[in-house]
Amino acid sequence: MDEKQVIASRVALELNPGNLVNLGIGIPSMVSEYVDKDKFITFQAENGIVGLGPFETEDTLTVNASGLKASIVEGGAFIDSLTSFSLIRGGHIDVTVLGALEVDEDGSIASWIIPGKKVPGMGGAMDLVMGSKKVIIAMTHTNRGKAKIVEKCTLPLTAFKQANLIVTEMCVIEVHDDGLHLIEVHPDFTIEDVKNATEAHLIVDKVLPMKGI
Amino acid sequence: MKKRIDKQKFMSLIEDGMTLMVGGFLTNGTPETLIDWTMDSGKKNLTIICNDGGYPDKGVGKLIQAGRVTKLIASHIGTNPTAGELMQNGQMEVILVPQGTLVEQIRAGGAGLGGILTETGKGTVVENNKRLIEVKGKTYLLEEPLTADISLIGGAITDQFGNLRYVATTRNFNPVMALAATTVVAEVYEIKDYLDPEIIITPHPLVDYIVVGEFHG
Repeated sequence: MDEKQVIASRVALELNPGNLVNLGIGIPSMVSEYVDKDKFITFQAENGIVGLGPFETEDTLTVNASGLKASIVEGGAFIDSLTSFSLIRGGHIDVTVLGALEVDEDGSIASWIIPGKKVPGMGGAMDLVMGSKKVIIAMTHTNRGKAKIVEKCTLPLTAFKQANLIVTEMCVIEVHDDGLHLIEVHPDFTIEDVKNATEAHLIVDKVLPMKGI
Repeated sequence: MKKRIDKQKFMSLIEDGMTLMVGGFLTNGTPETLIDWTMDSGKKNLTIICNDGGYPDKGVGKLIQAGRVTKLIASHIGTNPTAGELMQNGQMEVILVPQGTLVEQIRAGGAGLGGILTETGKGTVVENNKRLIEVKGKTYLLEEPLTADISLIGGAITDQFGNLRYVATTRNFNPVMALAATTVVAEVYEIKDYLDPEIIITPHPLVDYIVVGEFHG
């Protein structure tokens, strides 16, 4: 498995039977490939699908939240943006998985803008991280060697103190009130490797090998 | 079909400086014919309210590309590099709004509400210059209503009366925008004799004009 597959397959283990889940673009969107079908996970796409299916080549006027041709599963529903964001803000989404540019010791997330360079906008991310019951950050551990798990986010925030779990190709980190707890490390790395690639302080007590490898 | 209009009539509805709401999500459900006719109208200094900035050659991106838009209110402009450039060099004002807040602001505008209270954006730049209001121990941002002169609606199928249903994911912002403008024009790709009242999403009194366009994804 490459690093993206490691991350996506590990995140998939966090989804519980019957969950309603929103997957962001990039690595998060790969999570659905690793989910056990018997768990009956329902994926939501914020543009208006409850029951998002795989990519589709035919134009059925059905797209996912990246604007790409997609499908709807049996039992799925098309909804408008009002209903979609009522689901999101109203606490009806069990898990949201998104990428990030930075996550910090408070669990604050920066993911939508690099001032002066890239201004894509927040899209639905601010609502998703605010309203979902569990927020999982799925991202590569560093950006060209630069730490992304930092003491304090330097980029404009997507949300203050909303991340619950961080999954990278190196490790799994839980976000608690007292800080970031390192709970799993990929067998290819040591705890020291993880610490060296992380700017934030990590609380290390019991560390297990990364699940799902 | 009394509400059906042609290109000349449509172009006569658009004026310089107007605020237009445009339905669609990354152009899925955007009325491309109405965008093209807005282009051909030559009107400028437009304010566009749309989920996103479209693509340079598709959706509201075409109007942005042509320099017709002085202000864009959207949740995302990442698919249209031109929008980003115009924003950075000050040629177009861009107000980025969380998507769930944007849709609720439009709802408030269309539903006669004085605004909405949301936790989205708390502790971020979205909070800047907003009033904070405490309700039952929680703090919310007050977000004001949005309305428009014209809403351009897409992705629809109509009947003889102008009732609308939407196809697949084209629904997105369209139904709520049909509530929030003085004049509502819907581009449909089919006029049916009859639509089951159970599946109508936008009732006909909200729809002023109908234009028949083409099927596009």
